[in-house]
Amino acid sequence: MSDIEKKSIDPATIEMIEKAHIDGCETIFDRADVMKPCPIGAEGSCCKHCYMGPCRVPAPKKKEGALEKIRRIGLCGATAETISARNFARMVAAGTAAHCDHARGVAKVFLATAKGEVPEFQIKDEQKLYQVAMDFGIEIGDRPIREIAIDIGERALAEFGRQEGELIFLKRAPLKRQEIWRNLGVAPRGIDREVVELLHRTCMGVDQDYQDLLISAARCALADGWGGSMISTELQDILFGNPVPILGQVNLGVLKKDEVNVVVHGHEPLLPEIMVGVLNDPDIQQAVQSVGAKGINLAGMCCSANEILMRHGIPVAGNFLQQELAIVTGVVDAMVVDIQCEMQSLAQVAKCYHTKLITTSPKAKIEGAIHIEFEEREAQKVAKKILMEAIENFSNRKTNVEIPSHVADMVVGFSHETINYLLGGFFRASYRPLNDNIINGRIRGIAGVVGCNNARTTHDDPNLTLIKELIKNDVIVLTTGCAAITSGKAGLLTPEAAKLYAGDGLASVCEAVGLPPVLHMGACVDNSRILMAATAVVKDGGLGDDISDLPAAGAALEWMHEKAIAIGHYFVASGVFTVFGTVWPTTGSEPVSRFLFEELENSLKGKWGFEPDPRKAAKLMIEHIDKKRKALGIDRARERVLFDMAKRRELDAA
Amino acid sequence: MSKIIASAAIRGAHKIVERAEKKYEEALKKWGPNQEVGFPNTAYYLPIIYAILGVPIQKLGDVKPVLERTRSLLPPLVKERVNLPYLGPALDAGMAAFFAEEIIEAIRYLEHPNFYTKQEDPLPDNIWLGAADDVIFRKRGVEFVDGTAPGFAAIVGAAPSPEIAKKIATELQEKNLYVFMCAENEGKRFSEQLVEAGVQIGWPTRLVSFGPDVSAAVFAIGFACRVAMAFGGVKPGDFRKNLIYNKDRTFAFVMPLGFVSDEWYANAAGAINWGFPTIADTPIPEILPTGVCTYEHVVSNIPHDQIVQRAVEVRGLKVAVAEVPIPVSYGPAFEGERVRGEDIAMECGGGRTHAVEWVTSRPMDEVEDGKVALIGPDLDQTESPGRFPIAIVAEVAGRQMQEDFEPILERQIHHLINYAQGVMHIGQRDIAWIRISKGAVEKGFRFSHLGKILHAKFHQDFGAIFDKVQVKIYTDKEKVDQILAQAREVYQKRDIRIEGMTDETIDTFYSCTLCQSFAPSHVCVISPERTGLCGAYNWMDCKASFEINSTGPNQPVPKGEVIDPRLGQWKGVNEFVYKASRQKVDHYNFYSLMYDPMTTCGCCECIAAVLPMCNGVMTVNRDFPGMTPCGMKFTTLAGSVGGGQVTPGFVGHSKYNITQRKWLVGDGGIKRLVWMPKMLKDEIRERLIRRSQEIGIPDLIDMIADETIGTTEEEILPFLTEKNHPALSMDPILE
Repeated sequence: MSDIEKKSIDPATIEMIEKAHIDGCETIFDRADVMKPCPIGAEGSCCKHCYMGPCRVPAPKKKEGALEKIRRIGLCGATAETISARNFARMVAAGTAAHCDHARGVAKVFLATAKGEVPEFQIKDEQKLYQVAMDFGIEIGDRPIREIAIDIGERALAEFGRQEGELIFLKRAPLKRQEIWRNLGVAPRGIDREVVELLHRTCMGVDQDYQDLLISAARCALADGWGGSMISTELQDILFGNPVPILGQVNLGVLKKDEVNVVVHGHEPLLPEIMVGVLNDPDIQQAVQSVGAKGINLAGMCCSANEILMRHGIPVAGNFLQQELAIVTGVVDAMVVDIQCEMQSLAQVAKCYHTKLITTSPKAKIEGAIHIEFEEREAQKVAKKILMEAIENFSNRKTNVEIPSHVADMVVGFSHETINYLLGGFFRASYRPLNDNIINGRIRGIAGVVGCNNARTTHDDPNLTLIKELIKNDVIVLTTGCAAITSGKAGLLTPEAAKLYAGDGLASVCEAVGLPPVLHMGACVDNSRILMAATAVVKDGGLGDDISDLPAAGAALEWMHEKAIAIGHYFVASGVFTVFGTVWPTTGSEPVSRFLFEELENSLKGKWGFEPDPRKAAKLMIEHIDKKRKALGIDRARERVLFDMAKRRELDAA
Repeated sequence: MSKIIASAAIRGAHKIVERAEKKYEEALKKWGPNQEVGFPNTAYYLPIIYAILGVPIQKLGDVKPVLERTRSLLPPLVKERVNLPYLGPALDAGMAAFFAEEIIEAIRYLEHPNFYTKQEDPLPDNIWLGAADDVIFRKRGVEFVDGTAPGFAAIVGAAPSPEIAKKIATELQEKNLYVFMCAENEGKRFSEQLVEAGVQIGWPTRLVSFGPDVSAAVFAIGFACRVAMAFGGVKPGDFRKNLIYNKDRTFAFVMPLGFVSDEWYANAAGAINWGFPTIADTPIPEILPTGVCTYEHVVSNIPHDQIVQRAVEVRGLKVAVAEVPIPVSYGPAFEGERVRGEDIAMECGGGRTHAVEWVTSRPMDEVEDGKVALIGPDLDQTESPGRFPIAIVAEVAGRQMQEDFEPILERQIHHLINYAQGVMHIGQRDIAWIRISKGAVEKGFRFSHLGKILHAKFHQDFGAIFDKVQVKIYTDKEKVDQILAQAREVYQKRDIRIEGMTDETIDTFYSCTLCQSFAPSHVCVISPERTGLCGAYNWMDCKASFEINSTGPNQPVPKGEVIDPRLGQWKGVNEFVYKASRQKVDHYNFYSLMYDPMTTCGCCECIAAVLPMCNGVMTVNRDFPGMTPCGMKFTTLAGSVGGGQVTPGFVGHSKYNITQRKWLVGDGGIKRLVWMPKMLKDEIRERLIRRSQEIGIPDLIDMIADETIGTTEEEILPFLTEKNHPALSMDPILE
C-alpha cells in the first residue's frame, strides 16, 4: 500500500489528495504526516487549568510503582486521576455546549416562527408538533397550531435556563432508566446549568474526586442527549418535516462540472433549508443562465448535508475529511459554512482555487472568508445573496478542474417514527417486527455506529470495517453523522447491500421490509433519534425493561470532536456499551480508564470501551450483544406456541 | 414482504383502486349521490371501511371521501434498484385494495341485485352467497366466540382437480375451520369444484362460496372486522384494536391456490394487516421473518396433502381433532349438512317411527366400557330408504357420576351424532330424528358407529364425571317401545325436579366466561332461574362443566349476602364479576333491564329493550331480521349492548329465560312483555302459555303484539289498549 492509499479507503478521496499534491495545495492529510499529536495531551495527562502549570503527569512506560504514583501529581497536588477526569469532563462540557447552543438557535427560530416573526419559516409537521406538545404536557384541545407552537417554543427555550427539577424529555426514557438516573442523582436539572457547573467543577481547586467528576460529566452529557440534542432534533422536525425514506447520492462525484456548485457545510439546517427553497427562484435561475452554467447544484458536506439529505434528497459531497477536497476539485464556486467541524484551512485551500468561502454564523467567523451573516428575518434574502456570490464566481473557475467519478446511491431518512411506520404500515405501525426478529435471532442485535472522521487513522476504514463486520453477524446498524456518509459512499445504505454484506438472518428481515442493513438516522445531533429508537424497542416489549437490557452496543471508531465524547458519555449514561477507536483520552490514568471501561456498568449499566482495531471492536460489541441475549434468555431457539381457545381466553383485553 | 411480493401487491392495489374509481364514477352518473348503497341487512355498513375508518357508507355520495382516502394510501410502485422500504407501504396498499373492493362489491349489489343469493345456502342456479347478513353473521359469529370454530381459511382460486379441492375442504372442516371461497384460477373456482365433487356447500357446512371474483375476499375480511366489533366491543374506526384483536383471536389465513396475480398479492398483503398469513401452493417468494403476523407472513410451494397442516401451524393454531373411530369424517363443520331425498339410506323417527335417546346411570359392575350392542337389524339389512324405529341408550357408571349429569350427557347426543359426515340428527329425547346417507353407508357406516361416537366423545369431553360408558342401540320395534316408556317416566321426573329449583334455594351460582376469548370483559353468572344468555348453558351444565374442569370457564360463585332481592344483586356475585371482568364491571342485577342489567358478550339469543310509551318491554330474537318497536333491529341492538358493557334499558337473555319465573321480575316480569317477533312467540308458545296461566293471565300470549300488528310503539299501542295489556296499568317503568 502506498502512503497515499493509507490515508483513505475512499477512491474519490485518494484521487483528490493526489490532485491537491499536483496543484501544490496542502491539506489535512499532509499536516497529519508532518505534525504528530502531543503525547502528553493525547493521554489526558496535561493540566493547564491554572497557570502555575501547565503540569505534565504522563504515565510511565512500564508499570508504575508507589513512588511514581506519588510523583504523578500537579503543583497543586491534583493527581493524574483528577487531571485525566477533568480533561475528559471538559470535553463533555464543550461537546454538550456545542450541541446545545445549536439547539438554542433552533429553539429561538422555532419560537419566532410560531409567533409569525419569521415568515419564511413555517410549521411543516403538525403530527410531530402534537407529539412534542403531549410530551411537554402542553394542552392541545381545540387550540390553534400557532398557540401550541408558541407554548412548545417557550417551554423548549426554558429548558436551557432551567435551574431546578428535571429536563422534560427525561420522561421519554424507559421508567427503569429514569429511576437509575434519579437514584444516582444524574438527572440533569437544566441544560446550561449542567454545562456551567461542570466547567466550574473542573476549575483549579474544585472537584478533585475523579469518580465524582465523571458522574457529574454523565449528568451534563444527559443534558445533551435527552436535552439539547433532542430538542434540536424535535424542533427541526416540526419546522422542516420529520424525515421519511428518500433517495440520495453521495461522494465528490455529485459535483457538476457545468453547473454552479454550492457546498453547504457545517451543522445547522436553517440556512440550507431556505437555500433549497430559493434554488428555483427566477432571479437565481436567470443569473445562472447569464453566466453560462447549465444549472445550480447544491450539495452538502458533513451534518448540514445530512439534514437536507434526509429531508430533500440533496446530494452529499462528502464527510469531514473531504471538506478541503471538495474545493480541490476546482468546481466549488462557493462553500458556505455555519458552525462546527469547519476547518480553518478551508480558507487556505480556497485560495489555491477560485472558491469563495462564506461564513454565515455570528458565532463562527474565519479569517480570510467572506462573512454574510444569516438573519432569520431576512432568510431568503441572505440565501439568495449567497447563491448569487456563487453564481458570480462560476466564471472565475481555473483550468485545474477534476471531479472524481465516484457517486453512490443511498436510501436515507430513517427517523424513529418512520421506522415504526415502515415495520407495519399506517394501520399496524409498531416496532414489533424488529423486536420479534431480535427475539427469534434473525437479528442478533442493534448497533449504533456514529461519529467523525479522524486524520490520525485511515479515513473511513475503521467505521466501514466495523459496520461490515457487524452486519455480517446479523447486527443491524443505525448510523448518523460522518459515519453515515461513510456507509453511503460504500453502498451500504442501499437495500441491495443486505444480500451482499449482511448475514442471512438480517438479510431476510431487510428483504421483508425493503430496508438497507444500515439505517441512516441523520446528523450527529440526531443521535437522540437512536435513543428514541432504543426506547421504542424497550417499550414494545420482550427485550427487558431498560435500554441496558437490549442486545445493543454503540461505537465511534473515528471520533475526534469533543461532541463525540459528549455523545458517547450520554450513550453510556443511557445504558449502552460504547466503543471508541483511534485514540483514547484517558490512557494516562489507569483508574480513570478502569472506571469508565468497567465500574460505570455497576451504576449506570452502561460502559465505555476502547479498541482501535475495528474487527476487534466488532468482536467486543457482538460479545456484549450475546451476553445481553443470554441474560434475556433469547440465546436459544424458541418453540412455536400454538393457541387453543383456552389460551385465547387468557389474553388480556384487546 | 419480499420485493417481488410488495411490488406486485402495490401494482395490484393500483389496479383495484382504479377499477373502484371507475365503477364509482359510472354508478354516480347512473344513480346520483343519494342512492342508498351497502351490503344487505347489516348494521355494519361496508364492514371493513366501517371498522377501519369508522365511516358508515350509506349513500353513493359517501363513497367519494373514502375513495380519496384510499387513493392517498396507495404508495408509488417499487423501484427496480435502490428501492425505498416497502413493507409498510405494501400493507397500506393491501388495505386500500380492500376498501376499493368493498366499494366494487357494494356497487355490484346495486347493478345486479340478484348476483348473490343473500342467504345461507346456494340456489340451484346460483352458488354465490355474497356478504353474510347480520342474522347469518351473528349465528356463525357465536361459533367463533365459543370456540367451535377457531377461524377461517380464505381460499382464493382453485385446486388442480375437484378431488383435491374436496380433500382440502374436508381437512379444513375436520379442523373446525370455516372455508371462505373466492376468485378463479384458469377458469376454475374452488366452490364450483366442490359442487362438482358432490360436496354440500353453504354456511351450514362451513363451506362458504362468497363470490366468483377475488374482490369477494372482502366478505371474509369484513366478517372478521364484524366479529371484533360485535363480540370484542371494538369501536368502529379503532383500526388498531380491530386488527390486533383479529391477530390474537381470529385464527384465519389466506390460501391462494394457483397462479398468484397482482390483485391476489394485494389482497394477501391486505390480510397481513389482520395478522392473517398466506400459505400458497405455488412457488411464490416467502416472507419468513415474523412480526406483523404471529409467525411467518408468506409460506409457499406447499404440496396439497400438507397444506392444511402447514397453514394451521403457520397461523399458530392448536386444534384438537376429535379421534372418533368411524368410517366418515367427523367435526362441527358437518353439523349443518343435510341428508335428503334420494340420498337417504335410513330414517329413524321424525314422526314416521319412534326414536328415543336416553342416558342413564348404572352400577360400575354392570357397565363394560366401550361396549356397543345392536339389538335388532343393521343398516345393511334393509333396502334403501329404510325406516327403523330406534332407541339409543347410553349407560354410564363412575364414582363422580350424578343423576343430574344424565340430562347433560343426553343433550350432547344431538350434536355429537350430527357431527358425523352423512348423518343428520334433529331433536332430542323422544322426538329425535336421524337420517343416514347412502354415502355414509357405502363407506361402512353402521348403527354401532353411533355408539362408538358417543363412547369416544363422552370420554373426551366429560371424562372427569364418569368412568365407563356402554351404548345399546335398539332397532327392534318391541324393544324400542319398552325403552320409550321407561325413558318417558324419567323425563317427567327430571322436569319436575328442574322446575322446583329456584335462585333462593341454591347458595352457589356459576360463572361462564367461555366467551372471554372474544369478549374480554364480559362475565355471565348463571343461576337456576337465569340461564345463560346464549341459550347454551344452564346452571346444571355449568355445575357439570366445573366438575369436569375445575379451572375452566365455569367457576362456582357463592352468592354471598343479598344486596337487592327484587333486582337480584348479591355481594359475592359482584366481587366475582369485578375480578373476572378485569375490573371493568363492579356490579349488576340479574332480574332487571332498567337498573344496571347484566352484561352481554353480543352472542345472546334475545335482547329485551324498554318501550317507554307502552310502559313495557319488548324482546327480539337473533333470527328475526326485521325492525322492532324500539327503533333498532336485533343486530343494531346487539351492537349497542354487546362487548361486555352494562347498558340500562337493554339486556341480553336466552329464549328459554323468557318463561322462567325470574325474567325481568325486578321490572315487573313477564307482565311487561308487550312485543316479540311472531316466530319467537310460536317457538316458545307452549311454555309461554303455561307461564301465563301461572301468573293468572292465561291469555297473555294474545295480548303481546308482534310484527304483524306493528313495528313501532305508535302502531302497537292501540292494540295493547284494546287487549287491555297488563303493562298499561302497571307502575311507570321509567321513574
